[in-house]
Amino acid sequence: MANGTTTANGVKGTVNGKPGAGQQLLDWVDARFPLTVLWKSQIADYYAPKNMNFWYFFGSLALLVLVNQIVTGIFLTMNYKPDANLAFASVEYIMREVPYGWLIRYMHSTGASAFFIVVYLHMFRGLMYGSFRKPRELTWIFGVLIFLALMAEAFFGYLLPWGQMSYWGAQVIVNLFGAIPVIGEDLAVWIRGDFVVGDATLNRFFAFHVIAIPLVLVGLVAAHLIALHETGSNNPDGVEIKKLKDPKTGHPVDGIPFHPYYTVKDLFGASIFLILFSLVVFFAPELGGYFLEHNNFIPADPLKTPSHIAPVWYFTPYYSILRATTESVMPWLAAFVALVALLTAISVRRKWARLLALGIGAVLVVGFFALEAKVWGVVLMGVSVLIFFALPWLDKSPVKSIRYKGPIFKTMLALFVISFIVLGYLGILPPTPIGTIVSQVFMFVYFGFFLLMPWYSAIDSHKPEPKRVTG
Amino acid sequence: MSNASATTSPPTVPSDPRDAPDVSDPARRNLIIGTAVVGGLAGAAVAWPFLASMAPSERAKAAGAPVEADIGQLQPGQLMTVEWRGKPVWILRRTPEMLKSLTEDTAQLADPKSLRSEQPPYAQNETRSIKPEYLVAIGICTHLGCSPSEKPAGDPSMGSGWPGGFFCPCHGSRFDLAGRVFANMPAPTNLPVPPYKFVSDSKVLIGEDNKG
Repeated sequence: MANGTTTANGVKGTVNGKPGAGQQLLDWVDARFPLTVLWKSQIADYYAPKNMNFWYFFGSLALLVLVNQIVTGIFLTMNYKPDANLAFASVEYIMREVPYGWLIRYMHSTGASAFFIVVYLHMFRGLMYGSFRKPRELTWIFGVLIFLALMAEAFFGYLLPWGQMSYWGAQVIVNLFGAIPVIGEDLAVWIRGDFVVGDATLNRFFAFHVIAIPLVLVGLVAAHLIALHETGSNNPDGVEIKKLKDPKTGHPVDGIPFHPYYTVKDLFGASIFLILFSLVVFFAPELGGYFLEHNNFIPADPLKTPSHIAPVWYFTPYYSILRATTESVMPWLAAFVALVALLTAISVRRKWARLLALGIGAVLVVGFFALEAKVWGVVLMGVSVLIFFALPWLDKSPVKSIRYKGPIFKTMLALFVISFIVLGYLGILPPTPIGTIVSQVFMFVYFGFFLLMPWYSAIDSHKPEPKRVTG
Repeated sequence: MSNASATTSPPTVPSDPRDAPDVSDPARRNLIIGTAVVGGLAGAAVAWPFLASMAPSERAKAAGAPVEADIGQLQPGQLMTVEWRGKPVWILRRTPEMLKSLTEDTAQLADPKSLRSEQPPYAQNETRSIKPEYLVAIGICTHLGCSPSEKPAGDPSMGSGWPGGFFCPCHGSRFDLAGRVFANMPAPTNLPVPPYKFVSDSKVLIGEDNKG
């Protein structure tokens, strides 16, 4: 590639001692743009830990899915009509009459779910191996911002087919903003551009989906990678490979060049992923109603909500938290917040921090009873996503990776994963009294994983970290 | 600065001002601050038209005309839906048994007298209507805006002792046959009643009442 041609005399890029045409072109470019420098610093001479395992496939897969979404999205835009009267039919037109339109759309709709599968596994990897911890806090924060942008992108895109689920899903989510005291109602009208979800809403969601959010997303991905390449990747042992460098080469002894080692590994991962992706695209594009919901094949009807509505699977854990926040759970929430505030006040040294913790706790406890449960449902749903930002400062364990952490952290992480899955499952089902109680219990598990972490991670036992990576 | 008066000495190379000793010039600093403030204000002012363009258009604001519904064919116990301002408005012709259930469920309701709820003064009564026989209400749940579905008395999915009413499929709020929400439900208030009036015995005008 950028290294030029290898000629008969065996010296790279030279012909009879003079630079060849390829090398000359590369020199011309390098004098004007740091192509070789970038290639070396970011790829060929970028040293990554040699022990990155299965869980490290998902970063590059997320990038692959992003490219898939952008390319298929561009081609869908060529036939889609963002008009309340035409949108539903234009999607059916793509499916039935545009050559290969069905394939491009199924690649896009399957890609949306695949994006969340890959990103959730990528985030879980970070939780397991402590990738969010010092010095990678900003990589983590850019990652959480990407996750937020991805959720916005998925939400805006879901309105576009203008089916029943599109319509009522948007209705519910926009009305969440209406729950904000005082300004909420005006804010919801401003977001919709009308007093109900309608043509104006569809048109602006289209603008956000095809240009505004994708631009933000690509910029954030760049920032995520720049921050990652500054610190270097974490690894399953959570030890810094930069601490031990070969004195001759200056490279980490436990590092290997990203290219060719990890480009080849990631290509292998991508090929397995694409096999699974193709199986869904060609044989089960709706995946039993989980990737494309059955009710969305009915055109939007503003007068009738389908008898059962639920968001797509990737939003259901947060949706369950919204539903679980009812009047009856508020005393428990108050007790939980009081506990965390007291623990914080006991643990921090500075007087103002103590007062701040107790003050915030007191305001929240009063607020839980003063404002409607509906408002707190929206707040808690927001907090359940935003709380990921705080993670780098919540983990007080002396070791990063789960391999050296103690039983308490392992138990809490397992409970967190279970609560995420149970909340997600209950969010798909219609609301029932027993389901609400179960989701209330798991809501506390979900928040407990984060908010109690400073204490359980500090008292937990740990094994000594090795000096070098293992296996 | 080049030294113009030194005619005999060779011309000096103008020095880069960035190489000068670090003395801040208060006048220049204030100019920078002033420019930044004015520029920031201009930026904020330019953002306004873009944010304002997302508000409802004049056309959207104008589209709120009253609609007339013909209730001549409505049978006792039957529900009809008409569209007003893009929202479903229900007209339910209540039977005597249905009206009787409204007096029996008040203990289980969150706001039985509709004190916190949205309705014209003439509908703030036990049946939430002008004529007790006809309920007119906006079929949009006060929780997050889904449209509840009608669940007749004794519907097996609603549990035992269900007096009849409405069930919101999104988050499970339950309303009685006057659109009043049951206690401990996600929805905080009763279903809103729009302004309306009877034009004749068989015609209802929704969106306009006798007060104008």
